[in-house]
Amino acid sequence: MHHTLVALVEDKPGVLNRVALVFRRRAFNIESLTVGRTSEPGVSRMTIVLDSDQTSAERVTAYLYKLVNVLQVEDLGNVPAVARDLALVKVTVAGHDRAHLLRVVDETRAHIVDSGEQTMTLEITGEPPHVDGVIARLEPLGIVEMVRTGQVAMRRGDTALSAAQYIAG
Amino acid sequence: MESGESHCEAMGNKRSGAQIIWECLVHEGVSTVFGYPGGAILPAYDAMLDYPSVRHVLVRHEQGASHMADGYARAGGGVGVALATSGPGATNLVTGIATAMMDSVPMVCITGQVPSKLIGYDAFQETDITGITLPITKHSYLVTRIEEIMPAMKEAFHLARSGRPGPVLVDITKDAQQAFLDWEWDPSPVKLRGYRPKLEVPRSQLTKAVELIKASRKPVILAGQGILHSGAMKEVRTFAERINAPVAMTLLGLGAFPASHPLNIGMMGMHGESWVNHAIQEADLLLAFGMRFDDRVTGNLKTYAPNAKKIHIDIDPSELNKNVTADAAIVSDLREALKDLLDVVRPADHDQWLKYIASMKGDSAVRDIQSLPDNGHLYAPHVINDIWRITEGKAIVVTDVGQHQMWEAQYYKHDEPRTLITSGGLGTMGFGLPAAIGAKMAKPDAEVWAVVGDGGFQMTQAELSTAAQEGVKVNVAIINNGFLGMVRQWQQFFYDGRYAATPLRSPDFVKIAEAHGLMGLRVDKRPDVAGAVQRAREAEGTVVMDFRVEQEDSVYPMVPAGADLDAMIRRPQSVLVETAADPN
Repeated sequence: MHHTLVALVEDKPGVLNRVALVFRRRAFNIESLTVGRTSEPGVSRMTIVLDSDQTSAERVTAYLYKLVNVLQVEDLGNVPAVARDLALVKVTVAGHDRAHLLRVVDETRAHIVDSGEQTMTLEITGEPPHVDGVIARLEPLGIVEMVRTGQVAMRRGDTALSAAQYIAG
Repeated sequence: MESGESHCEAMGNKRSGAQIIWECLVHEGVSTVFGYPGGAILPAYDAMLDYPSVRHVLVRHEQGASHMADGYARAGGGVGVALATSGPGATNLVTGIATAMMDSVPMVCITGQVPSKLIGYDAFQETDITGITLPITKHSYLVTRIEEIMPAMKEAFHLARSGRPGPVLVDITKDAQQAFLDWEWDPSPVKLRGYRPKLEVPRSQLTKAVELIKASRKPVILAGQGILHSGAMKEVRTFAERINAPVAMTLLGLGAFPASHPLNIGMMGMHGESWVNHAIQEADLLLAFGMRFDDRVTGNLKTYAPNAKKIHIDIDPSELNKNVTADAAIVSDLREALKDLLDVVRPADHDQWLKYIASMKGDSAVRDIQSLPDNGHLYAPHVINDIWRITEGKAIVVTDVGQHQMWEAQYYKHDEPRTLITSGGLGTMGFGLPAAIGAKMAKPDAEVWAVVGDGGFQMTQAELSTAAQEGVKVNVAIINNGFLGMVRQWQQFFYDGRYAATPLRSPDFVKIAEAHGLMGLRVDKRPDVAGAVQRAREAEGTVVMDFRVEQEDSVYPMVPAGADLDAMIRRPQSVLVETAADPN
């Protein structure tokens, strides 16, 4: 089962290393881990998708809190949340009916972001299952290269996750 | 200010990074540092001469420094400090850091690092020590600029001693030590955004706990090392007496609740008392105070205390519901939680339950073996029991790891907190002698014994030189059975008695002592134990005693790893009859 956790962490050297270590050290499997800036200076946000059951999500949360640089952890497993994943997929053009290809692109809400003589590069954004579905449809056409960002997620509604309450000093 | 020695006075507020390290140590109240010099830490060593109020103990191997700092912290209750150079100096600290991490010991390790411009270039004696120690430190710092030294040092001490204590590493580049800065001590308290060691006692869980206590007829208190960290000895005692509940001890908890207290039923776990393990298995409520349900304590988790509700109080949230699911999980300082509980918990009477536990002791309660007959052979329990009697149970005993460690826990009864110092979690052989030297430094007026095996002693026996050079007196009792005894015992029980690599030929320990200018004594008969112990106590310096004990004795009872807690291997009938009548 997949489980999504969001961690607000201090933007300091080695923090990614410390977080990653928790998973290795405690033998938890990570499906994806993304890191990026937030609107708050000095605060980074990690979205961690775990291959786990509920118990180990709780354990991970507890261990993450042990890290001095971790400010807040939110478990999105049991709350309504928006999740997005982005994929870039390079598919073979040659040997296909171009009209069929464009129809697939259109039906799957993918975007053509680049095209070459032999290939076409598509961008797919959406809920992770949607991205999975599009990729499954593209596979028969011949995928020559693919990258996914891993999931980012945010809780729905007015509740906002912020590290503002943990002001230094 | 204690610092500001003459060399510094001429400098006004100007300080080198190296001096700032010592200024910080002085401000943090450090009076003793254990270390070993080398290239990348040379500036700090040079500056050390400007700060004579801090005593530096030159060890023989950096592992000794980290174990000494550990023993110093455990005996004295403060923060232990170890100092080493980059590369091999730093990596040699690692075993001691891991030991301190597993047993939650407050420690700050300062290492020199190659100049910041050389980091990443595989410079001479460069190693990524913050990387190496990431999983075995509470936190760590790589300091490359002089301005960062004071904040890192202040935070390191704060982190090491607060919350659940632990080791913190501060790695400081040589150029940061050599730089100069207009410097002043910042007395403001440390604040860290993501670190909240003080936690409110959760009311709802407290209420639940009170109900569970009220409903219980067969409670057992599990007393762990958290009691010492929290300073909750008095509260635990008041609480146990209030609800009239038996108290079972973890290995690291020994001393946190007096062994001689009528409610103390003894140690639990793999080599715990049989009746204690039975009591836990039959209990209807476990009150876990500052302990973490280690596998050596629970045995098979699936069958552990099947009828018991659990109240778990610990300051580390990640310990709750880790091994055992708690019915009331109280994340807080133990002392605070117990104070709140004592406000509302009413006296209870569990005399029947206590009587029942006492009846399980039956005729197997002989841990006082002074007057038991013997066959002329010397048994390790005899030696430890005699040391306990002669020191009137008042010594600080530091052990190594193995059979002697378990016999110490069984036969030396600790009434006072911080009088048993032992590597419980990591089980580090070689810990005993250096940790004992550290303990003696923290408690110079205390009588300190190192009870070690012939195997573990040889791992760090070089520190005898440290003891001799520093004029530190510890009494070293080598329980010498010519085997790596605990491994031999496992081979006997679980590997068909195939003694692979466990027979051990040792040097003449008496001569080793004498080569250091120390007294050495050999004892191989029971009647000679008391005299030797007394001679050692009266001698001025460190004494090494070689107790030639029965070679193939085993520690009983024993719960095999992973077995049910009440499935114990018991001692076969022998001269050291565990089941003989108590002479008292």
